[in-house]
Amino acid sequence: MIHARAEGATKRYGSKLALDGVGLEVRRGELVGLLGPNGAGKSTLVTLLTGGRRPTAGRVELCGGDPRDPRNRRTLGVTPQETGLPASLRVGEVIDFVRSHFPDPLSRAELLDRFGLSDLVQRQTGGLSGGQKRRLAVALAFAGRPEIVFLDEPTTGLDVEARRDLWEAVRMFHAEGGTVVLTSHYLEEIEALAERVVVLADGRVLADDSVAAVRGLIKVSRVSITSPVQPTDFDLDGLVSFEQAGDRLHLLTPDADRMVRELIARDVPFRDLEVRPTSLEEAFLALTGSLTGKDL
Amino acid sequence: MTTLTLTHAKFSTLELFRIPIAVVGSAFWPAASMLAFVVPFAGDDPVASTFATVSMITFAVMNTNLFQYGIGVSEDRAQPWDPYVRTLPAGATPRFLGRILTGLLMMVFSLAPVVLIAALFTEATVSPAAFVGAIAVCALISVPFILMGLSIGYSLPQKAALVVAQILFLPLAFGGGLLTPPGGAPGFIETLAPFLPTGGAARLMWWVTVDGFPFDLKATLALLGWTVLFGIVAVWAYRRDEGRRFG
Repeated sequence: MIHARAEGATKRYGSKLALDGVGLEVRRGELVGLLGPNGAGKSTLVTLLTGGRRPTAGRVELCGGDPRDPRNRRTLGVTPQETGLPASLRVGEVIDFVRSHFPDPLSRAELLDRFGLSDLVQRQTGGLSGGQKRRLAVALAFAGRPEIVFLDEPTTGLDVEARRDLWEAVRMFHAEGGTVVLTSHYLEEIEALAERVVVLADGRVLADDSVAAVRGLIKVSRVSITSPVQPTDFDLDGLVSFEQAGDRLHLLTPDADRMVRELIARDVPFRDLEVRPTSLEEAFLALTGSLTGKDL
Repeated sequence: MTTLTLTHAKFSTLELFRIPIAVVGSAFWPAASMLAFVVPFAGDDPVASTFATVSMITFAVMNTNLFQYGIGVSEDRAQPWDPYVRTLPAGATPRFLGRILTGLLMMVFSLAPVVLIAALFTEATVSPAAFVGAIAVCALISVPFILMGLSIGYSLPQKAALVVAQILFLPLAFGGGLLTPPGGAPGFIETLAPFLPTGGAARLMWWVTVDGFPFDLKATLALLGWTVLFGIVAVWAYRRDEGRRFG
């Protein structure tokens, strides 16, 4: 059964195209990661699916209906942006406010306990640390005993222990049959939790595959050499793209070992060899460039 | 539905009262106007000072609601908490009603000093029955101004809402005859006033508090019309509002 769906969903803000005909189906009980660099359209897609906005074109569906109808949001849980928590209100008050919107919410004590917030119940949210706010934000998504949750970067900026606790809470929810849509621009977070990854870039779905497949797709290394030649003179196998600064060449490739072998096998003159992993942002830049270039 | 309304009301009331200066601020202005304009000029005449006090109350009702909702809602919409609340399974109604309850409570705090000053420092008088009636009517006439504020708050961005509220409030006060004694305004205002929301509201208030002031059916119907109109605009603006577009 489809729990959330987007069909040709397009969102335009003035002249800016934030989403460009995105198709996505999230089945009940799935744990899907939505991965993409900042500005890829992740938040826009989530906003459409959770009823915050209407698509400019196309269709979105949540629990079988229009997400803008409150009845279709009764089993939905969403994390607020932790910077947006009402600063003057206490943790317990914010939790009660959210709980009161749902027919059968978790008890306040259970929610506090599950997310390690019991000691903070009397604190005003404005006085919480970044990590505490993040935990509260995630807890709010689970307050109404949801069947589907949308978590936005749930563990970014948390210390290792807090992160593991939260991952455990998400896994537990999923194990009990809950559907999870996780947005992040960190592969690590998605790898830890998701089974399926949807990669968004420039408002389009770039890939929709298993974690392993996507990891292979977006794993890009940077092989840097100093060389007097042009890389275009050699048809280097596995070269995704390159940058040039003077006679310093940066070759971006999914397989650094193979690239180095290629360079040697083809007798490319070089010195100062350096191999580094790229950030996700760089990998996306390289990939979107090459993929759209090849019209994939 | 009703519990949810109370939850929303409690939530926004808590938020408001945790910053006491906001409450003090909204109580200060009507009280200061009473002391500056009503007490020295009309304080000795029972009828004139009752009229003036009631005008001041109507003025404060309009002013408080126009600014509190017009600008307050517009500011809230710019906060990242607002898009989150919109994902909760509730429609516009509990949020609307919750805000209105909070607004009424706020008005008690801003109007109480006006009433106290009128009782202590002027000859203004009302019978106990009229006083109770005035409280009820005061709650009623605040509805159109709350809806007016909500219409502005939900349809305009922060800066525009501020400007529109500032542009509207003086013509509304003057055009509605709140700044002049009844019958003492320029002719065109006397003609226009009953049909403005401020004029209609003031006439209802005068009718309950001032002996012999007639019930003005036309003005009341006009006020009712304004209420329905602002209600429709407010709901429409809330529905089409998608918050600020970044974030």
